[in-house]
Amino acid sequence: MKTIKLTNIQKDVLREIGNIGAGNATTSMSKLINKQVMMEIPSVEVMTINEMMEVIGGPEKLIVAILFRIRGEITGTVYFVLTIEEAEDLIRQMTMDTSIKLMLNEEIDEIALSTLQEIANILTGSYLSALADMTNLNMTTTVPYLSIDMAAATLVTGLVELSEVTDYAIIIDTKITGNKVEESAKGHFLLIPDPTSIPKLFASLGTEYES
Amino acid sequence: MKVELEQVVRVGIADLNIARAPLKIRTSGLGSCVGIVIYDSSVKIAGLAHIMLPKANLEKVNDNKYKYADTAIDILIDKLIANHARKYSLRAKIAGGAQMFQLSNGTDVMRIGPRNVEAVQHRLDKHRIPIIATDVGGNKGRTIEFDPFTGKLKIRTVNKGEKYI
Repeated sequence: MKTIKLTNIQKDVLREIGNIGAGNATTSMSKLINKQVMMEIPSVEVMTINEMMEVIGGPEKLIVAILFRIRGEITGTVYFVLTIEEAEDLIRQMTMDTSIKLMLNEEIDEIALSTLQEIANILTGSYLSALADMTNLNMTTTVPYLSIDMAAATLVTGLVELSEVTDYAIIIDTKITGNKVEESAKGHFLLIPDPTSIPKLFASLGTEYES
Repeated sequence: MKVELEQVVRVGIADLNIARAPLKIRTSGLGSCVGIVIYDSSVKIAGLAHIMLPKANLEKVNDNKYKYADTAIDILIDKLIANHARKYSLRAKIAGGAQMFQLSNGTDVMRIGPRNVEAVQHRLDKHRIPIIATDVGGNKGRTIEFDPFTGKLKIRTVNKGEKYI
């Protein structure tokens, strides 16, 4: 199996990409819900798909996943991953309706769903525009796909293109949190560049990369 | 809890393994992936593969062969026969191949589920292994657990509970 090894400088570069993208998205989220939102310093990890599932909380964990594909000069996948509680919290703050539930009688609530999609649109847009500005590369995104299901079931779909090339993914993970300690997390941003885009990504930022 | 863990053989993503009764064998979170159970009831042995993609690229030598429908099924059958299963009495049950993200203009990647199912059926047919039961398609993730003793496949989805095929 082909493994990917990153130097510390390369990791720093990728961490900065996550920082800028998620930072911009966090600002958008903060405006959306009119509350201060914080983010942690992104972690950059090279891991297998099975290891990635453990990071999320196990393959069977019920999650809300919003996925979009990056197209253009570089390609890759961005996930915005939330637990059901985190998603519900976000929807309630946006709709100012504290009784709204994401799932009602095993069906997804329509208003909750469209709110979530709108959040996804705004967040992904700001994530990507920051990325494009920073790298000077041309990129567009697909519309966000949304799925509420087991972690493995939803996340693997976005990794199919990647898994045709390698069994390892470079995952740039940024955790979004509230501004108070007692407030729960607000989700994770995972940026997973396709293997063919890694050299281009580094080149655009002036770093060498031997694949 | 500990006892239960010892009785179940776990199969990861792009992985495969075999189990003999009283052990059970399971894999979690099948989305567009397909879980293939091949078993021989007379010797109470079963193999399970969790595949991600339809077809292996033959040029890539060092690739993980458990990832693809065609190569994983071949390896699984070899493993079963090496463990005293008889090829003519092998049967199969398959589950998974869902389309997790619903969109009218979905790309080919998003339709990977049905392509996986097709590849699995084709490969099993090539080995003349009859498919006894299937639970494929839809848009729900599945966790499956096979009991080689009863020959039943338990399927759990997030909202629809559990069922056996």
